Amino acid sequence: MNQKHSYSVMLFKAVSYVLKAEKILKAESIPHKIIPVPKHISSDCGVCVRFEPAIQNKIEAALLNKVQIEKIRPLND
Amino acid sequence: MAVNHFVSESGMKKNIIYFDNAATSWPKPPATILAMQNYLQNVGGSPGRSGHRLSIEAARIIFDTREKLAQMFNVPDPLSIIPTRNATEGLNIAIFGFLKPGDHVITSGMEHNSVMRPLRVMETRGVDITVVSCARDGLVDPGDILKAVKKNTKAIFITNASNVTGTAMPVADIGKISREHDLALCVDAAQTAGCYPIDVEAMHIDLLAFTGHKALFGSSGTGGLYIRKGLEKKIEPICVGGTGSRSELEVQPDFMPDRFEAGTPNTTGIAGLRAGVEFILEQSIARIKDREEKLVQTFMDGVRDLPGLILYGQKSVQRRTPVVSFNIAGMDPAAVAMALDEQFGIMARSGLHCAPAAHKTIGTYPAGTVRFSFSYFNTEEQIISSIEALKKIGQSR
Repeated sequence: MNQKHSYSVMLFKAVSYVLKAEKILKAESIPHKIIPVPKHISSDCGVCVRFEPAIQNKIEAALLNKVQIEKIRPLND
Repeated sequence: MAVNHFVSESGMKKNIIYFDNAATSWPKPPATILAMQNYLQNVGGSPGRSGHRLSIEAARIIFDTREKLAQMFNVPDPLSIIPTRNATEGLNIAIFGFLKPGDHVITSGMEHNSVMRPLRVMETRGVDITVVSCARDGLVDPGDILKAVKKNTKAIFITNASNVTGTAMPVADIGKISREHDLALCVDAAQTAGCYPIDVEAMHIDLLAFTGHKALFGSSGTGGLYIRKGLEKKIEPICVGGTGSRSELEVQPDFMPDRFEAGTPNTTGIAGLRAGVEFILEQSIARIKDREEKLVQTFMDGVRDLPGLILYGQKSVQRRTPVVSFNIAGMDPAAVAMALDEQFGIMARSGLHCAPAAHKTIGTYPAGTVRFSFSYFNTEEQIISSIEALKKIGQSR
């Protein structure tokens, strides 16, 4: 699949944290999408933030000291 | 004025004057009702449980409500606010979850049973309670609270304003004492949230319990508890269960807000609460308070010279909520309230208002008082009509 590694996902403790992150990313116009947590990444139910790896640093900087990120994983299977 | 226009539209029962806003506010801003209808009709999903768009939209409603409440109370992190059914539930979490046998707590002689009853239960489990007496007008002296501090004092539980007299307590001064002695300050904001300025940072409030269906203009079944960051680890949840997070674990998550959010929340109610809070932020608490002060002033000026009318509480209109308690000499408060309803269409509440301690303080126990509690949607004309009604009831004695 040539789309491999084209996206990463960022996981948070709970949906409220995802929505807190979403507000910040929206306010800063950083492209992202909220998607259900892929089961191969976590058994948790809920949602996570999908983004292009190229902007990972930008996202992390925007959320620094505002929302705690649990983990970041490439979205490949 | 927009407010009068609103009342004429939604105060459909023209012969009704609603003065029971300290029990629950009515009418609500139309936006509250529309938001609840919109959730049921167009959103419907369960917040934080699934990954589909309707579930996420429902979760957004709740997150946004937390943010607006955080803005109103100057809470640093919106995730420090958890939704509850009412102020009572928030106070129960604070009292049953936080206190342990051997702890000492300080409270005032103006508290509602939402504080006194859970505290009395904890007393039977070995918690030592000091009830600091208040002046006849309902005010507590922070100096008396300071004198009550002991080595094992853990917390101060204080009402922000009395539901009987409207008297606002010097919470910021009490907060200083609490901070200096490393105590937790828990404030019952049932009467103040939405109509009186609250700043958890400036007032050193560690726990703030509020209801959604009074001055916040939400529906019944809504409210919340603010827990200062770090304190949540010291509070045991009184209800545990599904949170939508950490589903692989059979133990409750220990982080905010999920630690205290077991089970599906009242999303319909919270959608309405968000609209109520938005309405208040648009109008501003300063403007709401200014209007309500004028209503109280008109009432006080109007009844001052009525024969036999006894007004309780402070003379000041500034440091209070729009609540007034009174009696007509020689009359049962229940008979006065009944006459107000049946003959004049005025809705008032009589009796002890779930606050026997407060009535003992102001000297009206056990008969109680008649209470008028105004809202932003009441008008000067309604106040004047009520003064006329009280005059007539007094003359009929």
